[in-house]
Amino acid sequence: MTAVPAEVKEPEIDDVAVADRPWIVIVWNDPINLMSYVTFVFQKLFGYSLEKATKLMLDVHEKGRAVVSSGPREKAELDVFRLHEHGLWATMEHDS
Amino acid sequence: MIRRRVKRAGSGDGFELRISAEERDLLRSVGPQLREVLVRDAAGAQQGEDSAVARLFPVAYPDDEDRQTEYRLLVHDELLSSHLGALAVLEETADAERLDEDQLLAWMRALNDVRLVLGTRLGVTEEGDERPSSPRDPRTSAFAVYDYLTYLQGEIIDALSG
Repeated sequence: MTAVPAEVKEPEIDDVAVADRPWIVIVWNDPINLMSYVTFVFQKLFGYSLEKATKLMLDVHEKGRAVVSSGPREKAELDVFRLHEHGLWATMEHDS
Repeated sequence: MIRRRVKRAGSGDGFELRISAEERDLLRSVGPQLREVLVRDAAGAQQGEDSAVARLFPVAYPDDEDRQTEYRLLVHDELLSSHLGALAVLEETADAERLDEDQLLAWMRALNDVRLVLGTRLGVTEEGDERPSSPRDPRTSAFAVYDYLTYLQGEIIDALSG
């Protein structure tokens, strides 16, 4: 096991290349998918609690979109793929 | 009270299906329609040409054409097999009295795919004001199928979540 280092060097903001910024996965509202289905898919794919999955589903429904996951590009692409397998309208973009 | 169509089996695992022969005929009839849409896309239809196809193969990168092309090349075949695989399970088990959880999950996805195609073509909205007002409207029977599939999918989700 390791301990938390006492001192860490702050990374220079300029060093963080655009490519290293995390990607976010967005699910958009649509008139066909059932609310209960969207909640179920969020729980199943991401292991979210019923409470968290319901909140995300309501954000999609009421605000038109919700960020459902984030991470490196490969992980975001896999999440988008799994959402597409389930018929949800998902896209991904760089976190801004 | 309406009899539940899908119920977690009391003994052991799995789910009981209490669906009439008429309903099972309907479930079998939607398969070829969905397969035709899926395979037409595989045959090289331009993306965006058919909005129903676009719902089954959505764009991952709406603002980045290069990455979208790369993504589509990478995943398209796998996504197609995934949609076809779920549909195959629905067709193979259309007469089953009992399903295991993976089979029921496949039903859930296949029924949703059919709803996406049908709902897109019918122009379904959240408000529901696209409904034909006359029973003689030719779209009436398609809406009846859509509503039944919606109802059955809701039953499946309830059973899986319960």
